[in-house]
Amino acid sequence: MKILILGGGPAGLYGAALIKKTHPGWDVSVIERNPHDATYGWGVVFSDRTLGSFREADYPSFREITSHFVIWDAIDVRYGGDSIRCGGNVFAGISRKILLMILQKRCRDVGVNLEFRRDLAPADLSMRRNYDLVIAADGVNSLVRRSFAEHFKPDLVYGKTRFAWLGTRKVFDAFTFSFRRNEDGLFQAHIYPNDGVASTFIVQCDLETWKRAGLDHATEAQTVAYCERVFADDLGGQPLLANKSDWIAFTTVSNKVWRYENIILVGDAAHTADFTIGSGTKMAMEDAIALAAAFERYDTNIDAALNDFELERRPVVDGIQRAAAQSNLYFENTSRYEHFEPLQFVYYLLTRSGRIAYDELRRRDSSFVDAVDRWFYGKTTGSSSLNRRLIAPPPMLTPIKLRDMRLENRVVVPCEPDSSARDGVPDEAWCAGFGDLAASGASLIVTQPVAIAPDARITPGCAGLYTGDHAAIWSRLTALVHDNGARIAARIGHAGRRGATRSRRFGLDLPLREGGWPLPSASALPYLPHGPVPRAMDREDMDRVHDQFVRAARMADSANFDALILHFAHGYLIASFISPLTNRRDDDYGGSIENRLRYPLEIVDAVRAVWPAGKPLGVALSATDWARGGLEPADAVAIVSMMKNHGVDIFDVLAGQTTLESQPVFGPYFLTEFSDRIRNEGRVATMTSGDITTTDQVNNIIAAGRADLCIMEPPRLNAHYRIIGSDTHAGEV
Amino acid sequence: MRVGIGLPGGIPGASGTMILKWAAKADDSPFSSLAAIDRIVYDNYEPMAMLAAASAVTSRVRLATTIVVAPLRGTAALAKTAASIDALSGGRLVLGMAVGAREDDYLAAGVDYRRRGRILTDQLAAMREYWEGDTIGPRPVRPGGPEMLVGGLSDAAFSRAARYADGYVHGGGPPRAFGRAADRARAAWRDAGRPGLPALWGQGYFALGEGTAERGARYLKDYYAFTGPFADKIAAGLLFSAQSVIQYIRGYEEAGCSELVLLPTIADPSQFDRLAEAVASL
Repeated sequence: MKILILGGGPAGLYGAALIKKTHPGWDVSVIERNPHDATYGWGVVFSDRTLGSFREADYPSFREITSHFVIWDAIDVRYGGDSIRCGGNVFAGISRKILLMILQKRCRDVGVNLEFRRDLAPADLSMRRNYDLVIAADGVNSLVRRSFAEHFKPDLVYGKTRFAWLGTRKVFDAFTFSFRRNEDGLFQAHIYPNDGVASTFIVQCDLETWKRAGLDHATEAQTVAYCERVFADDLGGQPLLANKSDWIAFTTVSNKVWRYENIILVGDAAHTADFTIGSGTKMAMEDAIALAAAFERYDTNIDAALNDFELERRPVVDGIQRAAAQSNLYFENTSRYEHFEPLQFVYYLLTRSGRIAYDELRRRDSSFVDAVDRWFYGKTTGSSSLNRRLIAPPPMLTPIKLRDMRLENRVVVPCEPDSSARDGVPDEAWCAGFGDLAASGASLIVTQPVAIAPDARITPGCAGLYTGDHAAIWSRLTALVHDNGARIAARIGHAGRRGATRSRRFGLDLPLREGGWPLPSASALPYLPHGPVPRAMDREDMDRVHDQFVRAARMADSANFDALILHFAHGYLIASFISPLTNRRDDDYGGSIENRLRYPLEIVDAVRAVWPAGKPLGVALSATDWARGGLEPADAVAIVSMMKNHGVDIFDVLAGQTTLESQPVFGPYFLTEFSDRIRNEGRVATMTSGDITTTDQVNNIIAAGRADLCIMEPPRLNAHYRIIGSDTHAGEV
Repeated sequence: MRVGIGLPGGIPGASGTMILKWAAKADDSPFSSLAAIDRIVYDNYEPMAMLAAASAVTSRVRLATTIVVAPLRGTAALAKTAASIDALSGGRLVLGMAVGAREDDYLAAGVDYRRRGRILTDQLAAMREYWEGDTIGPRPVRPGGPEMLVGGLSDAAFSRAARYADGYVHGGGPPRAFGRAADRARAAWRDAGRPGLPALWGQGYFALGEGTAERGARYLKDYYAFTGPFADKIAAGLLFSAQSVIQYIRGYEEAGCSELVLLPTIADPSQFDRLAEAVASL
């Protein structure tokens, strides 16, 4: 076998050494553009797990690497004048230059041909025909990837922040994040020791800050001087050092396939992940290990080996890239969290990528999480004896008070969607299921949308709150909830143009074949292309619906509901006023966002006026229409900022369903990112939902300040914890 | 979780007699369903025709398309075929639909490949109207018409499943991949305010018995050749031992699958028996 490796970085060199070591008879060559001793950048970091894989893959280089390492297990965060340390995160740092020297030496020891200072042009790539295999380890700007782009189908995404790699002789003893604000904006430094004499010091800021600071046209010396001023307190008089320290936007590389004929992409050429999770070199070297292992298994069967490599690495890389995207999102929006107190700020930072949540962080540093728990509990209870408190419940189990309603914990359960009601009266079987909800341990139960009038129903089977009978039934159900120590909120609304549909057992928005009713909406636009066309509401309609909301609010109070949530989301009647996609009115209720909110706010005001002052009022809102020309999260922030001044206490953050064209994105926590933004930019209380099924998720969301309440889905039928038979131990599978 | 078995009509060279013999065994087997896959430009049987034939030799098992590439067919004709199979089989049809991934099939069918998503959405919206309406018969035996599943991995696919169908059908792969898709399907379902939980179907390929793994893998590489390098990956996921079948089944069960269909890669009736034996040992 003749193998050519393009690029003498960590992926290329390590891969060359590992393959040659296991196949001494193979001809393995590395071509590198730079001289052997030229390298830019400062240090690289590895987790203890990555180190373990180095040890297994090649002991001699592992020994060399570890003898040059500095190891630390803490992350320090400097923020708002505090410095907070969280332990249990074992990392090791090494200077990139030393790492490359070790790998070069190892290559020479096992007999790899190394050729430096050889720059290839696209035409030179035809030499791949002379090799059985070409490993393209030629970095983020990979010539190979660009030359065969139609086969690899690369996707490059540029980050919105700018960052520069700097260094300092000041030795830090832990991975350190420093957040410093000056008149230009917020700056972050990611600092980690490379060795005993220097530290890597990456400075990052958002684009606007970068321009305000004049860094877009700064020389390297000016950059250094500016950053030294910003981080003077961290540097303690030591200068910052530059080394090809241009400001860059991070490029996230991904490729549809990594292999084309006899070429395989590895390392940055194949995939990059935002630098803020520090995984670039780790991924490159793990690629090298996986590739060498594949050839150890399949020898000269290149197809099988490359297939094995991609099968092994794809899922890992995808996971890292997902985490990196989350981390990047955090650093693009860090200023959103500057109002957080230090412990919460740090908690969010440490869990930003989604890879570590509450339970895992506790495993790493229980004393830090205990401190978060104590702080959170003290904050929510106004407890002044915090320092003397030894234990505190986890965030999920902390109480919260909304007006006079006190909830014992942060978990909310939804009622099962119901389509069996008659004339708005829920049937007995459905009511019987209420006992389970009441006894679930959740502090709050929320109903499905309850209709404020017969023509406000989504389906004829929807429960209502518009007759004395309804109030009586709900009184019974709320009493059941109260007997169990829980609270209950009615979500009330009007289906608008999504009304008069058949049971959702068979699908959404299927118009009734018979017995339908006229549908009101902001404008005469049908929900379905061939569906019934609603009428645009006139003032009389608006007054009637307004009165129906008021009547329902009064009934909700008399039925002893503890909270009321006005359903202004998902394309129902009031949502149709809010979204520009569904509101085409040319009167005072259409056009600008102020106009579109006029009617919704009239309803909020009217309901607030009759809803007891001690009971909280919520609004369910679509944070985005997920459709072109529709509401965006920034609009939702503006909307909640207006509504909170009208006595709305909490927002139930939903998304989409405004029109059939909505294109939702269903990831993990898929609605929580909207709750996060609305809560922390709009400075309002929120509840979030979207397939939240574990207590770990709830603790994590609440501790990080992404929401104040979590709507938890009923446990899955096939949960891990279950009884599998009478003769086995319960709960263990 | 229930376990179904695929019909061998997706494999080149399968004879009609053999397919019917295979199908006829199903009622007295541990399997809950017979499934058929779909493409046009290949040496395989049309899935709806195959399920119609299977309905004549069975009376218990359900008959599922996992999946039929719906946009390749006219909506009214597809609805009518489905209603007919449903009526002929006593309400046993499960209609899994997706856009598929083969441009050559669309070319052969004279359908614009770029419009496939839009077409499927319209078809899903129309399907129940045909079944519940009075103008196009036969009237399906199952109220509301055959159970509908939607396949695909795009957000649009999960939306379609939640909006129009009774559940989701995954394209196959390790249990973890299924689990991630199932999470999204459930999230979409709850978000849409649908009652209960969606049906969640999974798939896998098997080849059981001495020296069959290679033949099975060869078929998969051929069948999936249009996906380029991914064909190798699909072939690498082949279940080639009773142990791997059982692990796969357990993994899917754990991930919340409601029905797992195992598809053959070798057109030989002994494959049916071997799988039945492996499943029976559970």
